[in-house]
Amino acid sequence: MQKSMKRYFPIFVLPTLIAFIIAFLYPFIMGIYLSFTEFTTVKDATWVGLSNYKKIFLDQNFINALVFTVKFTVVSVVTINVFGFLLAYILTRGIKGTNLFRTVFFMPNLIGGIVLGYVWQLLLNGILAGFGVTLSFDAKYGFMGLVLLMNWQLIGYMMIIYIAGLQNVPGELVEAAKIDGATKMQTLFRIYIPMVMPSITICLFLTLTNSFKLYDQNLALTAGGPGRQTAMLAMDIFTTFYGRVGWEGVGQAKAVVFFLMVAVISLTQLYLTRRKEVES
Amino acid sequence: MKNSENQKMEVSKTTGAVLTVILTILSLTFLYPIALVLMNSFKSKLFISDAPFQLPAEGTYVGLTNYIEGVRKTGFFPAFGRSLFITVASVAVIVLFTSMTAWFITRVKSVFTSLLYYVFVFAMIVPFQMVMFTMSKTANDLSLNSIYGMILLYLGFGAGQAVFLFCGFVKAIPLEIEEAAMIDGCSPLQTYTHVVFPMLKPTAITVAILNAMWIWNDYLLPSLILPQEEGTIPMVIQNLKGGYGSIDMGAMMAMLVLAIVPIIIFYLSCQKHIIKGVAAGAVKG
Repeated sequence: MQKSMKRYFPIFVLPTLIAFIIAFLYPFIMGIYLSFTEFTTVKDATWVGLSNYKKIFLDQNFINALVFTVKFTVVSVVTINVFGFLLAYILTRGIKGTNLFRTVFFMPNLIGGIVLGYVWQLLLNGILAGFGVTLSFDAKYGFMGLVLLMNWQLIGYMMIIYIAGLQNVPGELVEAAKIDGATKMQTLFRIYIPMVMPSITICLFLTLTNSFKLYDQNLALTAGGPGRQTAMLAMDIFTTFYGRVGWEGVGQAKAVVFFLMVAVISLTQLYLTRRKEVES
Repeated sequence: MKNSENQKMEVSKTTGAVLTVILTILSLTFLYPIALVLMNSFKSKLFISDAPFQLPAEGTYVGLTNYIEGVRKTGFFPAFGRSLFITVASVAVIVLFTSMTAWFITRVKSVFTSLLYYVFVFAMIVPFQMVMFTMSKTANDLSLNSIYGMILLYLGFGAGQAVFLFCGFVKAIPLEIEEAAMIDGCSPLQTYTHVVFPMLKPTAITVAILNAMWIWNDYLLPSLILPQEEGTIPMVIQNLKGGYGSIDMGAMMAMLVLAIVPIIIFYLSCQKHIIKGVAAGAVKG
């Protein structure tokens, strides 16, 4: 079978592979190379070694964006997962209207980041107007706005994944715990949470990477303002590339650092939570 | 779903009623931001930023003016057509080609195919910003700056996750079925279309939904590749924000409504598939 299949390589693999090389592989390798050069049009790249990387850590904009992104990610990941799990837990108790509630909570997830950003801008600026300020008045409003928006968007998504996990917890196990006299809290922490560890792994991964890489929502809600105080890493990379002539190489080096951060954070998280997963 | 029966009687009637009330309030809170935009889309643009919570009234209600103005300003309908074309075509191409690739690299064992598999998996964790600049330059050099070029770029950038999801499923298909088909005289291509692909259908739905959600809402890639006057929906909405941050709030509200309504209709009409697809995609991811 293998032999006859191999002849079909041009049909089965080649189209995907060509697209993959054009859209990902070649740009990725070029990206790493260019991060060590100075260039404006790619063709005029000259090797500068590590100088772009040195510039990154002297760039206050980057440091600010990094701090803001980390803060935002920590707060979002915790709140989204706590609320998502809580909703999933409540919605697997057999309450009336469960399906309708699930439908509503999941819906914001389908709306794109740009649209969501402007929807929330209207609402939050409306509320803040009552205090005589706007979102762009102080970075703390932008921060809270982004956290709220992100919660609104992702809670339903995580809820769906937690529900799938909770439904796989064997009923007998819960039953046995009840007979042994376990309280509701004990059942939650000793049975449900360990049993849904695979869902927790996935949800943490999704919220972590989505929050850390956030761009669209950031652009639409605050556009980085006031000043560049609420610009997250993805936005800082964008403005370095397209907003500062002569800084393209630094932009690319920032992108490489950004990629390494995402890779290290997500792989560490996967490793740490996978260890906690138990077999049912 | 099977265990939900066991869990039915877990809360008492009163607790159940209290929770239902709380959940109802929460649901309304979830819907509120969208309702607010809808309401403001019928108000004069001068009364939106200043008093967003006031219902449209005598002097502030403007009927469909914002919609007409917004559609004219943004070219919303052509943008809608482009978004729809790019999404549908890219999803079809991704499902077709990546499922074929996944089948091939799972069945044909060689150093090359396993290397390919790991490169695809690796691509999943690379953020877009990493290839943003070089990819748009490459697309420029190859004249891919059109809605057709976008399809190729989405296939390439979406391949990692799609191949990964399909591979997970192909591994679970017993080899005997395919071998039987080939002994009966099916070519590999016929085996794929008549035997393998029908079995991959559940994963195909998951891949289609995850990619449709991503591509329909994607802003950054099309904004870097497509000419400004040939934008997708997220692009024309972002473009409403003029220089110095000034926005025609009336047109903005109306366009937000027009952007959200098709998504909600689509969601309500195939909700089951979407929720199942998302849950399945997450478990395997």
